[in-house]
Amino acid sequence: MRHLLSAADVDAATANRIFDLAEEMADVQNRPVKKLPALRGRTVVNLFFEDSTRTRSSFEIAGKWLSADVINISAKGSSVSKGESLRDTVQTVAAMGVDAMVIRHAASGAPWQAAQWTRAQIVNAGDGTHEHPTQALLDAFTLRRHFRAAANGGSTGTDPFAGRTVAVVGDITHSRVARSNVLLLTTLGVRVVLVAPPTLLPSGVETWGCEVTGNFDAAIAEADAVMMLRVQRERMSGGYFPTPREYTVGYGLTRDRVAALRPGTAICHPGPMNRGLEISADAADAANSLVLDQVAAGVAVRMSVLYQLLGGDDAWVSQGGQG
Amino acid sequence: MGETTTDLLITGATRVGGLADEGGDLLVRDGVLLDPAEAGRDGSRELVRIDADGLLAVPGLVDLHCHLREPGREDAETVATGAAAAARGGFTAVLAMANTVPVTDTAEAARHVRALGEQAGLGAVVPIGAVSKGLDGQELAELGLMARTGVRVFSDDGHCVSDARLMRRALEYVRAFDGVIAQHAQDPRLAGPDACCHEGEVSGRLGLAGWPAAAESTIIARDVQLAALTRSRLHVCHVSTAESVEVLRWAKQRYPQADITAEVTPHHLLLTTDLLAGYDPTFKVNPPLRPAEDVEAVRAALADGTIDAVATDHAPHARHDKEHAFADAAFGMVGLETALGVVVETMVRTGLADWERVVEATSTTPARIARLTDQGRRLAVGAPATLTLVDPTARAVVDAADTRSLSRNNPWHGRELPDPVVATVAAGRLTYRR
Repeated sequence: MRHLLSAADVDAATANRIFDLAEEMADVQNRPVKKLPALRGRTVVNLFFEDSTRTRSSFEIAGKWLSADVINISAKGSSVSKGESLRDTVQTVAAMGVDAMVIRHAASGAPWQAAQWTRAQIVNAGDGTHEHPTQALLDAFTLRRHFRAAANGGSTGTDPFAGRTVAVVGDITHSRVARSNVLLLTTLGVRVVLVAPPTLLPSGVETWGCEVTGNFDAAIAEADAVMMLRVQRERMSGGYFPTPREYTVGYGLTRDRVAALRPGTAICHPGPMNRGLEISADAADAANSLVLDQVAAGVAVRMSVLYQLLGGDDAWVSQGGQG
Repeated sequence: MGETTTDLLITGATRVGGLADEGGDLLVRDGVLLDPAEAGRDGSRELVRIDADGLLAVPGLVDLHCHLREPGREDAETVATGAAAAARGGFTAVLAMANTVPVTDTAEAARHVRALGEQAGLGAVVPIGAVSKGLDGQELAELGLMARTGVRVFSDDGHCVSDARLMRRALEYVRAFDGVIAQHAQDPRLAGPDACCHEGEVSGRLGLAGWPAAAESTIIARDVQLAALTRSRLHVCHVSTAESVEVLRWAKQRYPQADITAEVTPHHLLLTTDLLAGYDPTFKVNPPLRPAEDVEAVRAALADGTIDAVATDHAPHARHDKEHAFADAAFGMVGLETALGVVVETMVRTGLADWERVVEATSTTPARIARLTDQGRRLAVGAPATLTLVDPTARAVVDAADTRSLSRNNPWHGRELPDPVVATVAAGRLTYRR
């Protein structure tokens, strides 16, 4: 695999290799000197056309702990309004001799286009309402740890995802997190249940290989994890649902729903959270909330991804060759 | 058609258009077809021969719908380069949409476009007038003053005349001068400016804002009833969905007295929405590429006459306007040079239509809709020498760089298609020869 554009690029074996390496990377996080020489001399540019402090910081730390030279370029604002085309921006950055570009863009597909225009390796750090593959990887990594611990005190012998059900709840239509998670979790053998009002379900969702329901309470009764999606402020008044209050009653992880969770059911949220809207404080701060574990896992998983793409892991590099 | 000293003798062509039995030779002098027996009788005239053995001679093609970008975006296309591309595509007349900068919403602007076409001398360039001032959908443009300069087709293309009352008034008003309203059917509330992909499985998977089929067919359903109400002429631009076809089929039966016509683009006859999988903005067009079921439906409708005409919606764009992220890139694709080839590929080779029907859809009918009396005429003695010579079997691989247009946003690049146009004669003048 030359690029990481989509969670669909990752098969189960590759995902588990990323997770295993991420476990090793996570150990680095607990050392006093958090630095590996793995990517010394390599240059990674975080090319962010859309603000995202948390994703950019996570990639920046991941690259730096692997000793890569990491440069952040903020190209906020539509390239149309600036008068420079996306192609010109991407090729300008590439001409500086970078090895990899981590691209965040408000428009779906921008990393695919970039991959056509440059020889640099591309990591999709979130494109529009399409995909966010490293978020899906860190979510699955976090769940793998959780399911292993829940199963038998951390044994690595059995498949931690077998027989598991994950409910993904909220604005599926506009969520890149949801698309990537559906792709990766179904690859890993997880049963995925999408929970949303019909106005926030994308066309063709019935072809995604997951289940769809509007009944959050029924989904909770079967879930080993609930993944809450952020409701974007601009959707709140857009006629997708009448009021935030009504949304919370139907699709929020309220105190009552936390109480109805089965023992051990994990609570995830990619952040930033709208406390009181899609997730109650009781849920966010519950013992089974993995929200901060997700953030911590983000660095380890992104270290693993960058290492696998750039670090000369021949097994990975020789597999894809696409692009 | 001024006096000339050269005659053009075309030998061996088979005429299409109800005249196949009248022999294949055509003599062109001073813009008119003469009896070929006259060839060479006047020794003072030079005689240029074109051997057209095995070729078809058809009335010159008429494009009801193209964007020539001048004035305003001469970096993407000019009237002269657009007319040259049209001639190469076999067109002898093109209608230039009003969404230039400034908009063609006055008589002066219309005269300017027509004059640019006359300067180019590569076939008729006929301005389309805006329906509303500045295409803003609020107030009628000066339709009558534009009509006095010869404008008959009015359109806000690029925008829908979405206000039902304005549409009604426009239809009523143009009745006075036999005008027609060419509607870009797109409900802006159902398919807003962000909508860049057919709403369906592909838009959901790719995370692109959807443009539902209903945004087109609901406007058409409204407009056909307004056409009946006002007893005026409605032309529906770039029909792209099966539902729109059904509405048109119903309307033509329900309102036999109404003058309702429709067009389909070559790209909607062949290209499908799954081409968007790689996010290549070359395939971003409005209305968007639709699924295969819609392609089948518009082909069948073109074959049975529910859709009357083919129109290119030739939409050239500067390269940098297409090299943005998909959602930010400009809508549209070039199409003048490849139009007839696509029609042959999708309609003739499939057996859906014969050449008589192709001539109707690409020449006779569009000429009638636009009221261009010198276009789309049968190739008989005394008629204007406005014709296209066609090789019905030639094929070629399309190369976007091999073009007379200034733009390269060509969705057919790299694809093998019929390459039928051998020569184009517009009002007696050879405007293209392979």
